[in-house]
Amino acid sequence: MLKTISSLPFHDTPEQHEKLVAMLESLKDQPGAVMPALQQAQDIYGYLPIEVQKQIADALEVSLEEVYGVSTFYSQFALSPKGKYHISVCLGTACYVKGSDKVLDRLITKLGINAEECTPDGKFSLTACRCIGACGLAPVMTINDEVYGRLVPEDVDKILAQYAD
Amino acid sequence: MFRSNVLVCGGTGCTSSHSDEIVARLNDELAKQGLSEEVNVVRTGCFGLCALGPIVIVYPEGSFYSMVTPDDVPEIVSEHLLKGRIVKRLLYKETIVDDNTTKSLNETQFYAKQKRIALRNCGVVNPEVIDEYIARDGYQALGKVLTEMTPEQVIDEILASGLRGRGGAGFPTGLKWKFARPNQADQKYVCCNADEGDPGAFMDRSVLEGDPHVVLEAMAIAGYAIGATQGYIYIRAEYPIAVDRLRIAIQQAREYGLLGKDIFGTGFDFDIDLRLGAGAFVCGEETALMTSIEGKRGEPRVRPPFPAVKGLFAKPTVLNNVETYANIPQIILNGADWFKSMGTEKSAGTKVFALGGKINNTGLVEVPMGTTLRTIVEEIGGGIPNGHKFKAAQTGGPSGGCIPEALADVEVDYDNLIAIGSMMGSGGLIVMDETTCMVDIAKFFLEFTVDESCGKCTPCRIGTKRLLEILDKITSGKGTLEDIEKAEELCEYIKANSLCGLGQTAPNPVLSTLRYYRDEYLAHVTEKKCPAGACKALLNYSIVADKCKGCTLCARNCPVGAINGKVREVHTIDVDKCVKCGVCMSNCKFGAIVKE
Repeated sequence: MLKTISSLPFHDTPEQHEKLVAMLESLKDQPGAVMPALQQAQDIYGYLPIEVQKQIADALEVSLEEVYGVSTFYSQFALSPKGKYHISVCLGTACYVKGSDKVLDRLITKLGINAEECTPDGKFSLTACRCIGACGLAPVMTINDEVYGRLVPEDVDKILAQYAD
Repeated sequence: MFRSNVLVCGGTGCTSSHSDEIVARLNDELAKQGLSEEVNVVRTGCFGLCALGPIVIVYPEGSFYSMVTPDDVPEIVSEHLLKGRIVKRLLYKETIVDDNTTKSLNETQFYAKQKRIALRNCGVVNPEVIDEYIARDGYQALGKVLTEMTPEQVIDEILASGLRGRGGAGFPTGLKWKFARPNQADQKYVCCNADEGDPGAFMDRSVLEGDPHVVLEAMAIAGYAIGATQGYIYIRAEYPIAVDRLRIAIQQAREYGLLGKDIFGTGFDFDIDLRLGAGAFVCGEETALMTSIEGKRGEPRVRPPFPAVKGLFAKPTVLNNVETYANIPQIILNGADWFKSMGTEKSAGTKVFALGGKINNTGLVEVPMGTTLRTIVEEIGGGIPNGHKFKAAQTGGPSGGCIPEALADVEVDYDNLIAIGSMMGSGGLIVMDETTCMVDIAKFFLEFTVDESCGKCTPCRIGTKRLLEILDKITSGKGTLEDIEKAEELCEYIKANSLCGLGQTAPNPVLSTLRYYRDEYLAHVTEKKCPAGACKALLNYSIVADKCKGCTLCARNCPVGAINGKVREVHTIDVDKCVKCGVCMSNCKFGAIVKE
């Protein structure tokens, strides 16, 4: 999967920085700490700014190349921020067979962005994900933590309207 | 003592349709009616029949309520739990015999032919309470192993049971343990592969969500057998409920002295830690998984040395899949002969399948090995919805193949599936009907492997990409007969030369569809037609003049303004503008729009 480093300037709050430092301190002596560190850093910042990756590399005494290699290898690590509402359409087999590609098409048309993009106002971001395991509800999409199942493309309009604020 | 127990499914499927809200409402309503001391609400793991979720079962009656909403809760409490009148409108149709009697769930078509070993506690116990697991003989097998058996006896018992790896490859579990036992090292490891990556597969997740302790117990048994004191469970981060429940289970087991130092006072130490994956399919491969636990890019390593010699952190390691572990305590308690009595000669025991796709009873089933595909799909799965026909079943995910309906009477076991060009895989079973294009499905799986190829070896990284380009050409109507031959040749090359299982099996979806559905490939190439009507580039929507009433509904709904026509006049579709989304067709009330 192709990933690009975010061009947005990096800001962090003192609370975020404090959490990051404490987390890195607790992981310092654990073997194989790079992945857990990246996972927890993403929980703190919502994504992995390159500045944060540098701090992880310094604290764990590994090279930035190694950290960057890991953060670009795994699909769950985001190098750019997500929209306020992050929409994820499942393209796992069970959902695909039941037409989730058409749900995704509808979202692309309605939002005017492609998968893996964010709307210019930062409100919606869209991604096509692999199986989330809710195959009984296929086809499925999620908006932040809310799950919408048994969808037909026409449902998209109604659902998006709920996020009109 | 409670007079009634209300079991609410807390698996991922049902939780996604708000079963946690149902639990909260139940507790509220019960308190309001003063029944909190009499009725117990339990959030369990998956019952299996995900298609009808959220599911609520009331015992002792065994009333199976399906598709329950939080708003149904007051009625269940005031009618059933207070007055003893079953709420018939919510009952699973199959359990209703006549007006007021219901039949047992085990007699319904979905459950009758199932045999639950790995899933024996799923939907029965509260996975967040260790005492419930212990009440179902939990940790007895660990006790028996530590106090009555030598490590060699444990390995012999597992070997004799004929248990084979449930992750898909089917390697004998006992043999794996036997290889790791004699290797001397200051530290050995036991790992659990819970990185269930096949799209459409959710067996392992359901075991972890419904019965997490069984995995912990089995890993401790494996630790004793091979001489390891540390275990790791590598689990997908996409399974937050399973992660939570494992954390709780590990904590409780430590508090009870069932993990940690000096277990059962026998001097045996064993502890388990969790490691979360981050969405890389290749990490389901054993060496890649271990590299990932080490915190690196999850790339596979060359074997040999095998993990039994040099695995995690270069120490001897045993890695088994969740479902494999879920069988171990029962084998120890009931003996190898009991386990061997189920299944086929070379594939003992049962297998859990996740049924998905075009099938009525989407969900989780566990059947003895050797059950025919037809029984699974047509009887247990309840057949294909909307009057469509059973065309093929896909097993083994992106590594497997499509099994045509004509071969549906094959008894499902490891060797039979390989013989017909598919594989058992971890247990995802996706059913397809005649509207599914087999070329498109092969392309879908290949897109997946292209995305997920780690890039370490060339045959997989470049080969799958080129193969995908050929399929792209075919599905967009630009393919030639020569392309089909080229694709076949490339498949064989990728299979023979890739480093790990991902690449070696990546061509299987293409090869198996070429084997059974060559005519569909030919139709795409020679006639430029998609027989299933699925490949967009080969489709055209048009309006049948006789049927069009000129209602303008299609034109108003077309997202790209490709439909022209005035009120009460026949409309037409501008093929150049049309994006083939199908919205017009689904909106037309007169069936005037056709695709071909």
